[in-house]
Amino acid sequence: METPHSTTHAPQGFWTKYLFSTDHKTIGIQYMITGLFMAAVGGFLAYVFRYNLAFPGESIPLFGQLDAMHYNAFVTNHGMIMVLFVGMPFLVSGLGNLLIPLMIGTDDMAFPTLNMMSFWIFLVSCLVMVAAFFVPGGAFGGGWTLYPPLSASGYVNRNPAFWSTFFSATPMFILGVALEFVSMLMGGINFLVTTINKRAEGMTPFKIPLIVWFLNIATLDFMVSVGPLVAGAVMLLLDNVVGTGFYDPARGGDPVLFQHLFWFFGHPEVYVLLLPALGVMGEIIPVFSRKPLFAYRTIIYLSLIAAVLSVVVWAHHQFIAGIDPRMATFFSIGTIIISIPFAGVFLSFMATLWGGSIRFTMPMIWALGFIGLFLIGGLTGLYLGSSTFDIYAHDTYFVVAHFHYTMFPVVFFGFFSAVYFWFPKFTGKHLNHTLGMIHFWLTFIPFNVTFFVLFFNGLAGQHRRVNEYSSFSNIMKEPYITFEKISTIGAIVLMVSQFIFLYNLFISLRKGRKAEKNPWDSNTLEWQADSPPVHGNFNPYPVVYHGPYEYSHPSSEQDFVPQDNPIVLKTN
Amino acid sequence: MAEQTLSVSLKQVPQGRLGVWLLIVGELIIFGSLVVCYLLYRLRFPSWVEQTQHTSTFYGGLNTFVLLTSSYTIVKANDAALKKDLAKMSRYMLTTIFCGLIFLAVKSTEYAHEIGAGFTLTSPGLQATNPVGATFWSFYYIMTGLHATHVLAGMVTLFVVWLDARKGRNIHRVELGGLYWHMVDLIWIFLFPLLYIAK
Repeated sequence: METPHSTTHAPQGFWTKYLFSTDHKTIGIQYMITGLFMAAVGGFLAYVFRYNLAFPGESIPLFGQLDAMHYNAFVTNHGMIMVLFVGMPFLVSGLGNLLIPLMIGTDDMAFPTLNMMSFWIFLVSCLVMVAAFFVPGGAFGGGWTLYPPLSASGYVNRNPAFWSTFFSATPMFILGVALEFVSMLMGGINFLVTTINKRAEGMTPFKIPLIVWFLNIATLDFMVSVGPLVAGAVMLLLDNVVGTGFYDPARGGDPVLFQHLFWFFGHPEVYVLLLPALGVMGEIIPVFSRKPLFAYRTIIYLSLIAAVLSVVVWAHHQFIAGIDPRMATFFSIGTIIISIPFAGVFLSFMATLWGGSIRFTMPMIWALGFIGLFLIGGLTGLYLGSSTFDIYAHDTYFVVAHFHYTMFPVVFFGFFSAVYFWFPKFTGKHLNHTLGMIHFWLTFIPFNVTFFVLFFNGLAGQHRRVNEYSSFSNIMKEPYITFEKISTIGAIVLMVSQFIFLYNLFISLRKGRKAEKNPWDSNTLEWQADSPPVHGNFNPYPVVYHGPYEYSHPSSEQDFVPQDNPIVLKTN
Repeated sequence: MAEQTLSVSLKQVPQGRLGVWLLIVGELIIFGSLVVCYLLYRLRFPSWVEQTQHTSTFYGGLNTFVLLTSSYTIVKANDAALKKDLAKMSRYMLTTIFCGLIFLAVKSTEYAHEIGAGFTLTSPGLQATNPVGATFWSFYYIMTGLHATHVLAGMVTLFVVWLDARKGRNIHRVELGGLYWHMVDLIWIFLFPLLYIAK
C-alpha cells in the first residue's frame, strides 16, 4: 500500500481535468464554487424576507409579493442552506480538500475517487434543496430545525399532485440534508485517513499546521455527532411519508426526542464550522505578525477539550421545550464552560499579535475583523447560555443577532480570509488590493448595521418566525420600526457589496499580477510548491525539519524558516 | 522522540483499513442512536412486552446462526486470501454471500408472517386499540429493516470485491469487506436480544 513517490501524469481532457477530476485542488475549488452559488441562493432568500420585514405588504423588487407560506419556506431554507450548503463546503470540504494534502506534503487525498464521489453527492444534495422550491406546494417551511409535530405531519407545504410522496417539501428537505451528510461523512473519512497516513517524512503530529489539526478535529466532531440526527431523520421521514408515530404523542412518540437528536448534531456543527475558521486565523495571524503562534500545543489541546465538551451542551437550545430544570442547570454550566477553551484560543491570537511587526494585508484585515465580530457573538452567547436569560430571550431576534454574530464571521470572514490568503497559491495570480479593502469595509460596516440593531428588537420581544407584526403593539412602535428598516438596508448593502468580491476574482484571474511561490514569506509546505501547484503537488516530496511557525527566529538570517528548510535552528 | 514513534506507528495501518474502521465508527453511531431511542421508549412503556411476544424468536435465532456462520466463512476467506489460495478464497466468499441471501430470505418470510398478522410499519389495526403498541412495530421494522439494508450492501460489496479478487487482483480488499461484514454481524448481535429475546 505504499504510495509510489512519483507524480502520476495529469489528466488531459477538459472533462477529466475540470469536471470529473480526482485532483484534490480541483475538487476543493468545485466545492467552493458550489458554495458560492448556494450562498447566492441563501442570500437572495434573506434579501426577500428582510425586505418583507422592513416594508410589509409592499412588492419586493426582483421578487414580487411574499405571502406567509413562502416567508416560512424562505426563512427555513435560508437557515439550512447557509449552515450546511455554504458553511460546510467553504470551510470544511473546500478548505480541507485544498489544504490538507498540500500542508502535510503529499500528492493527493488517500482516496481520490471517493473524494470525487463525495463532491458529486454534495452537488446532488444542493440540487435537491433548490429543486424543492419548484415542486407544487413549495419548499419546506417548518423551520430549519425541522421540529415535529409540524414536520412529521404531512401537510406542511405539501405537494398536492399524485407524485407527492417523495417529491414534496418535507421529504425533499430531509433528503437534501441526508445526502449532504453522506457526502460529508465520505469526505471526513478521507481527511482523517489522509492526515494520519500520508504525511511527509518528518511531519510529526506537533509539526502539523494548526488548520490541519482543526480541520481534523472538526471532522471527528462531525462524524461523532451526526449519527443521532441520521437516525432521527430516518424516523422523521417515515413519520412524514408513511405515517408512523415515532414523534406522535398520541401513539407514545415524543417530539422532544427529535429536538435532542437534532441538537446533538446541531450544536457540535457550530464548532465544526468554527474550528476551521479559527485554523485559518491561526495560519494568517503568525504570518502577518512575523511571530510564532503563541502556545501552539496548548490550543490544540484546548480545541480537543472543546470538541469533547461540544457534545454535552446541546440541550441549551431546548430550555423552553419543557426539559427538567436540573438538566437545564447542567447544560447551562456546560455551555458556559465551553467558552473557556475558545477564549484560550482567542487569547493565543492576541498574544501572537502582541509585539509583532504587523502587516495590514488583505487576509490580515479579514482575520482581525473576524476576531472583533466573533467576540461580540461569543460574549452574547454567554448570556444565552444561562437558562435564566435564555428563557426570556428564546426565539427572539436577540438569538438571531447573536447567531449571526457568530456564524457570519465564521462562515464568511473565515472564507474571505482564506480566499485572500491562498488565492495566489491556487491560481498563480494576486487579488487586487484596493478592491479587497473596499470589499472588506463594505462587508464589515453593513454587517454591523444589519445585525447590531436586532439585539434591541430582540430584547423588546420581537419573535423570529413572524412575518408581519401589525398586531404586536410592543414592536410596532419607534424605534423598532426604524431598526427593522436600518437592518434591511444594511443587509441589502452587504449583499450588493459582495459583487465587488466576485468582480475582483474575475478581474484578478484575467489580469492579476503573477504570484510568486511564496508571496507572504510563509513557512508551511503549501507555499513551497509551485503557484498554482502542479498535478501531484511536489516533486520530489518535501522532508519536514521544523514546526510551522518559526518566524523571526534569532538564529536564522531570514525572518521565516520554511518547514522543509534543512538548516539547524539553535534554541537557547 | 515520543512524537516520532506515534507518527510511525499510526502510518503502519494501511489506509484502506483505516478508512473502513472510520466508516464502521460512523455506522455504529447511527445504529447506536436508534438502539438508544428504542431503549428510552421501551423503558417508558412497559406495556410493549405484549408486543414483543409476537416477534419470532425462531426466525431471529435462525438468522443469528446464519450470520454468525457467514462471519466464520468470511474469516476463512480472508485466511485463504492471505495464503494466496484463490480457489478456496473464492469458495468461502461465495458461501458468505449465499449466507447473506439466506438471511434475507428468512427475514422476508418473517416479515410476511408479521404483516399477515397485522403488524406493519404503522399497524393500522393495532392503532385503533393500542396506539402505543403500534409504535413498537415501527421500531421493529426500522431497526431490522435498516440492518437488512446493510446486509444487502455488504453482499454487494463482497460481490464486487470477489469479481476482482478471484483473479488475484486487490486481494487485500477481502479483509476490508470482511471488516464491514463483521460490523453487520455485530449490529445484529445487539438487535436480536433487544427485539426477539427480551420478552
